[in-house]
Amino acid sequence: MKSIHVSATVNGDAVEFICAPDESLLDVLRNRLGLTGAKEGCGTGDCGACSVTLDGRLVCSCLVLGAEAEGATVGTIEGIADGDTLHPLQQSFIDHAALQCGICTPGILVAAKSLLEKNPNPTDTEVRYWLAGNLCRCTGYDKIIYAVQDAAKKMRSA
Amino acid sequence: MTTDTKRNFKVVGTRPNRPDGVDKVTGRAMYGADATAPGMLWGKVLRSPHPHAEIVSIDTSEAMKLPGVQAVVTGADFGDPESLFVSDVQEHCMAKDRVYYDGHAVAAVAATSASTAAKALKLIKIVYKPLPHVTDVDAAFAHGAPVIMHHRAFEILPPGTSANATNFCEFGHGDLHEGFAKADLIVERSFRTAATHQGYIEPNACLASYSSDGRADLWCCTQGHYHVRDLCAQIMGMEAAQLRVTASEIGGGFGGKTSIYVEPVALMLSKKSGRPVKMVMSREEVFRATGPTISSSMDVKIGMTKDGRMTAGQAVIRASGGAWPSGTMEMGAQAAFACYDMPAVKTIGWNVLTNRPKESAYRAPGAPTAIFGVESVIDEMSQKLGLDPLEVRILNAADAGTLSSYGPTFNQIGLKATLEAAKNHPHYKAPLGPNQARGLSCGFWFNFGGNTSVSLAVNTDGTVNITEGNPDIGGSRASIGMMAAEELGIPFADVRTIIGDTASIGHNDTTDGSRVTFAVGLATIRAARDAIQKMCHRAAQIWDIDPDAVEWEDGAAKPSGPNAGQFPPMTIKEIAANAFRTGGPIAGHHEVNADGAGVSFGVHIADVEVDPETAHTLIKRYTVFQDAGKAVHPSYVEGQMQGGAVQGIGWALNEEYIYGADGRLQNAGFLDYRIPVASDLPMIDAVILEIPNPGHPYGVRGVGETGIVPPLAAVANAVTRAVGTRMTDLPISPPKIMAAKAAAGK
Repeated sequence: MKSIHVSATVNGDAVEFICAPDESLLDVLRNRLGLTGAKEGCGTGDCGACSVTLDGRLVCSCLVLGAEAEGATVGTIEGIADGDTLHPLQQSFIDHAALQCGICTPGILVAAKSLLEKNPNPTDTEVRYWLAGNLCRCTGYDKIIYAVQDAAKKMRSA
Repeated sequence: MTTDTKRNFKVVGTRPNRPDGVDKVTGRAMYGADATAPGMLWGKVLRSPHPHAEIVSIDTSEAMKLPGVQAVVTGADFGDPESLFVSDVQEHCMAKDRVYYDGHAVAAVAATSASTAAKALKLIKIVYKPLPHVTDVDAAFAHGAPVIMHHRAFEILPPGTSANATNFCEFGHGDLHEGFAKADLIVERSFRTAATHQGYIEPNACLASYSSDGRADLWCCTQGHYHVRDLCAQIMGMEAAQLRVTASEIGGGFGGKTSIYVEPVALMLSKKSGRPVKMVMSREEVFRATGPTISSSMDVKIGMTKDGRMTAGQAVIRASGGAWPSGTMEMGAQAAFACYDMPAVKTIGWNVLTNRPKESAYRAPGAPTAIFGVESVIDEMSQKLGLDPLEVRILNAADAGTLSSYGPTFNQIGLKATLEAAKNHPHYKAPLGPNQARGLSCGFWFNFGGNTSVSLAVNTDGTVNITEGNPDIGGSRASIGMMAAEELGIPFADVRTIIGDTASIGHNDTTDGSRVTFAVGLATIRAARDAIQKMCHRAAQIWDIDPDAVEWEDGAAKPSGPNAGQFPPMTIKEIAANAFRTGGPIAGHHEVNADGAGVSFGVHIADVEVDPETAHTLIKRYTVFQDAGKAVHPSYVEGQMQGGAVQGIGWALNEEYIYGADGRLQNAGFLDYRIPVASDLPMIDAVILEIPNPGHPYGVRGVGETGIVPPLAAVANAVTRAVGTRMTDLPISPPKIMAAKAAAGK
């Protein structure tokens, strides 16, 4: 299979890469661009650990082909903080002990940020259903819900 | 040991931000699959499609010819370790002449890309001779079952059983006949529980680099890199010093990352190819070939007086840890009645071989399933006798001085206090809606201590570095750093804790048995005391007084009394700044095989609503009560309690290994093996009780495992009360509820 040349914007940076036609965006991010923040937990779109945004839409990057990123804007966990200032969600996850092992955290933060951009004032149930595609095996989700809601509150009053 | 329970803690008990937090919320933390090396190859494993077969031949010649393929390994590349335990682990990592389960590794390839390695696997030709298989624990135990390993059978087999029975145990005390004779009510029930997977979100992964001088480095996600080093060194025929293992950040383990799977395969591929080899398991491989917990079947019989006092209890547990012998049922047999003061008790455990992957530990291994049976029968007897199930448990609860069902006599334990806390909590009296019911269960775990090494270096500016050897699976860097700061009397921010590799400090047992905050904490406190003693000597030297006349308080040395001399306190920063002039660098260390871990008890209350039409069960409210000893970082203690509870809820309601008649696993993915998701759950309220553990200087107990024990019965008891018929077979899926209701005419 002939490789495909792709130009895209990742976390605000213009990037170019080549990838195989059947190569996932997740593999491109991790293995070609060195952005290992997105994790592969399943490779089948069931766990959400690889969540990124593609032209502003929340996607599982394991279910997107690298070639589909041509001309697109990709947002990953590495692009969420503003320089050395953490995003309110990132700070809230640390403050509320909303991570234990941390493997699901990048995906959950990307997904939660996407939620709050659409709905700055979600109910707990809305947060739970939005994050239902992001598996966490450590926390039982309790502190994650608190952390998202506390960040949402701070972002609304900012 | 004296526990300093009256101590006015300054750091312990607070909730500082964890030191690895920023790395983990920015994607910077490096997990098992995140490392690369120059010239790195990708390794992949070919797995058996048969549950049980003889390997007649393996032809790898076509695979080797594929451009990009650098090495192929099969079982023939590995030797025969002396230890039977290591031999079993090795055979599970790579089959020799037989495959024992669907997914058993038979060959592996290293190639310049993952896709080339995957293509090469398809070119390997294997001729199998299929053999009869068995995957169900009861079927495997019965006479006439296909026998998986004849030579591993237990020496005395009861009539009607097969040679698949490999391990036996028996615990208890008192006269059962007498006990049952005193009972007003005797209930006997059988239960079954499905095998579940630890379900860590990070698949097993490693990067191995074997050099031509016989040394090797291994990077992997594991709960115990010293154990990985010891196993891999034996399998590879290496001396321990030649293999350095570095634990990556770990994306969940729950006991499932206490063994090895692809690590020795990657080392062998690296040795054969002369290049670093990275291996990352797919989720399907994780399900098919890494450690689920036991599947089990058990019979429980309890006698009770009409006022609720248990007079006798008996449990027979049949568990399967897969195709190799397993002792996990021993812990279940010990734990089954551990919550109660039993006049007469007997528990028996059998392990039975089945054509399933080799079981690995899963959070309180053996205890959840055994206690599920006992707590279900107690609930049923409470119903039949018209008694409050919580009062029945308080009446029978073990206390200080109780001869436990598994042998030891308990010292200071927190079960009664935990039960009282549950009784007095608003949850227990809260009204319930239609189709809703409440269940409860006690839980128990032993907790371990074990071998531990900690080194504590005082830097020249008076800050402190701690090197310990236990992967931080849920915030232990924070709790260890907090205990060091507490003991030294310095701010938490002045302490940095790292997890050393196997070459950097002495041996450390695996992060398991809820041992880390207890044992590593204990060693850290003693390492700090070692450093304090040295710093007091330095101060004495500068003051020119007797070292015994110096004491440590609030991060500074000071004369112990007016007779010792008149000197202002000398802070750790001042002592550190003068270290090179007073004898050189200052460090403390401690090595210990820690005992006195202190058992842990919990009580869970679950409210469920069962949809009368679909039989779907929704958890409406859930409260966890647990004795944590002194809670070092309460947020992470709560996190352990909440996470354990939700894993147990998954076990109770959704999760199971489903094998077809063909012996193949039918649900090797997160879509079909459904772990709880955020929308399945309410908030999980966590109530921490702090009954100090006399075996730890600050009274700390392990907290990681007890939380998964009670949910199985708490949820089952609630569903039972909601639908009006007892649920005895986990998971309690909607079809099982429908069938149970139909059978009961409801």
